[in-house]
Order: sequence, then C-alpha cells, then structure tokens
Amino acid sequence: MLNTFVCVKAVPDPQEADRIRIDPVTKTLTRADIPLVMNPLDKNAVEAALQIKEQQGARVTAVSMGPPAAMKVVREALALGADQGLLLTDRAFAGADAYATAYTLARAIEKIGSPDLVLCGMASSDGSTEWVGPMLATFLGLPVVTMVEEIVESRGEQWQLKAGVENGYRLVQVRLPAVLTVTRDLNMPRALGFSGIVKARKKEIHTWGIEELGVSEDAVGLKGSPTIVSRMTTRERKRRVEFVGGTQEEKAERLIQELVRAGVL
Amino acid sequence: MIDFTFTEEQEMFRQAAREFAEGVVAPKVAEMEETAQVNDTVLKGLGEAQMMALTIPEEYGGLGLGYTTRLIALEEIGRISVATTMMLQVFALGIEPIILFGTEEQKKKYLPALATGERLASVAVTEPSGGSDPASLRTSYSRDGDDYVLNGRKCFITNSHIADTITVLAKDAESDDPRALSTFIVEKGMAGFRPTHEEHKVGMRGCNTGELTFEDCRIPKENLLGQEGKGMRVAMTAIGMVGRGGMVGCALGLHTACLEASLKFASERILYGKPISNLQMIQDKLAEMKIDLEAARLLGYRATAMQDQGQQAANEFAVAKYFSTTVAQKAARMAVDIHGGYGCMEEFAVSRYYRDAAVLGPSAGTSDIMKVIVARWILKPYKK
Repeated sequence: MLNTFVCVKAVPDPQEADRIRIDPVTKTLTRADIPLVMNPLDKNAVEAALQIKEQQGARVTAVSMGPPAAMKVVREALALGADQGLLLTDRAFAGADAYATAYTLARAIEKIGSPDLVLCGMASSDGSTEWVGPMLATFLGLPVVTMVEEIVESRGEQWQLKAGVENGYRLVQVRLPAVLTVTRDLNMPRALGFSGIVKARKKEIHTWGIEELGVSEDAVGLKGSPTIVSRMTTRERKRRVEFVGGTQEEKAERLIQELVRAGVL
Repeated sequence: MIDFTFTEEQEMFRQAAREFAEGVVAPKVAEMEETAQVNDTVLKGLGEAQMMALTIPEEYGGLGLGYTTRLIALEEIGRISVATTMMLQVFALGIEPIILFGTEEQKKKYLPALATGERLASVAVTEPSGGSDPASLRTSYSRDGDDYVLNGRKCFITNSHIADTITVLAKDAESDDPRALSTFIVEKGMAGFRPTHEEHKVGMRGCNTGELTFEDCRIPKENLLGQEGKGMRVAMTAIGMVGRGGMVGCALGLHTACLEASLKFASERILYGKPISNLQMIQDKLAEMKIDLEAARLLGYRATAMQDQGQQAANEFAVAKYFSTTVAQKAARMAVDIHGGYGCMEEFAVSRYYRDAAVLGPSAGTSDIMKVIVARWILKPYKK
C-alpha cells in the first residue's frame, strides 16, 4: 500500500480574484473577506491520489499549512476520500515564502514518515511560484517530476509519466519514492459528495504547531523566508465600450482600425 | 444567544450542492426549457449525488442528514434550476410518508431504492376539484377480499410520469364520512394505473407535471400506508412539513438567483455614463430584494431547525412558505424591471425566473391557504 501524501493549500476563491488587493506597506495580499477554497490544481493532486488508492491501494494523508481556517480544505480532502488530515498552523508559520513552506511541509511529512509518493498541484492560484513541489522534494531528498499530465505506468517502483514542457512534453521514468507536481490535464477532479462529507466525520485530523513539529522558529514563517518582495503593483485593466455608426462598410473599416490600434490584428 | 451560524459541515454540504448545481444541472437548463422535459443526465446526477437520500435514515440506505441540510441542498439547486428543485422536493414528499408511517416491511422494501434514485417517488392528493380541500376528494377505494380497489383521477401531480412509487390519498367508497381517507403506495406498472395527460406549465418547465388515472386499480393490502381511515394525517404531515419546506427551498433558490442576476446586470449596465447600480431607484429594489431574502431564509431555516429537533413545525412552515414564495415572486418581478427590455428576452435568465416564480404560489398550498392555516393557528387559543 503506497504511503501517499497530498499537499493542499487554502487560497482566496479564484472566482473572486478581482477583489484581492495589495497592501502597499507590507506588500502582501489583502484577502479581505474572500472565502478560502482548495487551490484548484491541488484538487487534481487529490484526485490523482484517490485514483492511485482505488487502483492499487494507498493510505492518503492530506497536508496543509495555513491559518486555522485552512482546516476547511483539509476536511474537504477527507470528504473527497483522503484517509487522514494534517493541518500545520501556528503564528510562527505565518508569512512563509515558498522555501519556508516547503521546509515546513517536508518536516511534517518526514515526521509522519516513509512517504512513497508526494503529490502537489503544480502551482497555487494566489502565489503561482511553482516552487513548493521541487523545494519539498529537495528537503525530502527525493526526485521530482513537475507538470505531470498523465501517469502512463504506475505499477511497481518504476513509474512512467508524461510531463509538460514548453511547446511539448517529456516522457519520464521515475523511481519511487518521488514528488510529483500535477497539472489540470492529469484528471477531472471528482465532485464533493454528501456521503463523503458524512464519512469524513470519523476520519482523523491532526493539528500541529511549531512545538509538535519540533522545528526552530527561525526556520519557518517569515523568519525562515529568504524571499524579499521589493515591489508589487496592481495592473490596471479597464474596459471601454464604443458604439460604431455608419454603413456596414464604414463600421467594418472602423472596427479593423480599432483592432489594429489595439494590437489585436 | 441563538446561534444563527451554519456548522462547518453544513457549509461543506452547501459547497457540494453548489458544485453539483453548477456542474451537472446548469449545463442542462437551456435544454430543459426548450424541450419542457425532465433531463435524464440531471435525474441520474441527482441519484449519484445522493440527493434523494438526504432525509432517509441510514439503516434504509439514506444519509439521515435531516431537513436543514435538505433545505441547503434545495436552495443551492434552486439557484440554478427551480424546476430541478421542484422535482427533487417532490421526490422527498413521496418518500416522507413511508419514513413516517410505513411499516418496517414497507421501509425495507421501498426506501433503499428510493435513496439511490433507482426508483423515484411522488405524492398524489390534488384532484380536478382542487387540492386545498382533501375532504372533498372523489378518488375512492373499496375492499375486495385482501385487496383494495382504487378508482379516480389525480391532477397537477409533480413527477407524474417519472415516479415509480406514488403515495395516493383516496376516500372510502363505502363511507359517508368525507374524512374517511386512506393512503396507499401505488407502484408503476400496477394494472389499472397509468399516467395520462402531461401539463405544459408557464414555468418550471424542466420538471414533469401531469395526471394520474386509476381504473379498478387493485392494490394489495400490504400497500396501505398508515392506518386505514387516517390517510389525511399521513398526507398532511408530509405536505405540511416536507412539502412546504421544499417550496421554501425553491423560493430561496429563485430569490438568490434573481438578486445575483440583478446585482451583476445593474453593475454592468451603463446609463447616463454610470452603472445603473448608482441610481437610487435601482438601489432601492436591490436592497429590498436582499432584505426580503434574509428574512425568508431566517423563517425557512428556523422551521427546519425545529423539524430537525423533532418538533411540530407545520405552522412555522406555513409562515415560511407564504413569505418566501411571495417575496421570491416580488424579487422576480423586480429583477425583470431592473433588466428593462432585456428582462423580457428569453436570452436573459430573469425571464425564466419570472415564469418559474408564477408556479411557486399554488404548489403545496396557495398563499391564501397558508394565511388560512396561520389564522387558524393564531386564533386557536381564542376559540370558544
């Protein structure tokens, strides 16, 4: 039975992304009251874990680092079919960049022990660095395959994967244990079901802070983050509507002019 | 203090219902409107998502989640398709009498397949003479050996042509007492029973409504539901709580859809160089829709909370049904007003909401009947 970990992140609902603002002083995202949801690509990672569990047997642990409200996405992973959940939450974890996040997740996975497979979404919809998966692999000392689009062969320890690359794909062989980051092409995440939510009532969720994890305060959160955000700006996007008059020919001519001016043609 | 918050689990049920509604139901809405037919994909999806199992106890294959969860699901589905909510709410209305009054054998026989959606349920009370006065029913039963023989006609029955298991209310042909009523479980395929005319409704076109005919329909005695002569109680208990509660779900969903569409349109439609949401006349309508919706939700969920605690809540449901359907109808009209000419075009969903709203009133008891029930309730202590 594969000991499988899937990393899930609570992100502000991408459908309400236009309400996210940047705090000019702290240079962090002001999420206001935007509800937290599971990062969309992490749903593909959860789905991959569940399919592996159904095909060859696996114990799936969902791991998340975030504020207490991130418990929601851990519960969601359990309702979808994961076996147990772990939420890493502590004030000391706050302000973590990709490096500190990967470090914290790696220590947690190590503490639970013996991962055969670690699955992550390729990127989060809010940070979009694509770094956490590869960094997590480095901290765990495991190989990583990024942008996995298809699991071609998953029998035995030697897996074959189809993974994206700019303008093409790679066919990769990897020996487990390994870390995979997945794309939306990998699968269609299953829907959250009522009976899954009921079954999740009986599943275990652990909550660990810095003490339970047994790591130094200097290695996690803002203190453990080497990234310095020097500047953040908001891109202004404005829509303009103009009604074009005249004959059909004049309107077509004007439309072409406007499209050329806008750089579309 | 009274806790008005939903639990984290209830919020997850809402999320599941919303994902189902947006993912499975929404793509089929246009087709349902066009064909005025029940959509097989939606029907199959409801079963797979265990939407029929919500209130069925776990020992009979259900989820045993209660009526607040049911209202959450209905509200979310109604936000996308009131027709689908209507269909779903009447499945529960057909299931509830078996849960409440069925024998152990009847529960074991019917509930597991109803929970999965393999079999579909309905309830048949209304007749051509009306549905608000069950004492004047004409559909009758008589005894013949170990069987009952049913004759008559039921009309405006939701799920008439798709239901496999129908709870039918009929009067005793051998009694002069108009209240000598009994309920029977009628199954599709029983000799003498057939669905006949299909209605073409102004709204909720994606759910099926029609007539049922019983001609010397022979029903075995084990299909008598509840005690003989106590049929009024069986039918009214189900309609009073589950039927009216279901209509609250339809109304809340429709109302939410009206408000969301209006907020979006008013924020995008430019008039005098600004979005019309800047105009006080539009803001007045939007605020009124929101205030009404909040009040309707409080009434609806208060009633389901009582029901979940095992309390009698038929009167509270009458209040909630009256208020939520009345204000949803008002919201639909205001949504069309806010959309101006566009509101009369079928390309805009609010025209559908307006038509669907018309069907909210009469279902599970008209608004006037709700007031009769409320008046009877509040005058009871003064009755000499």
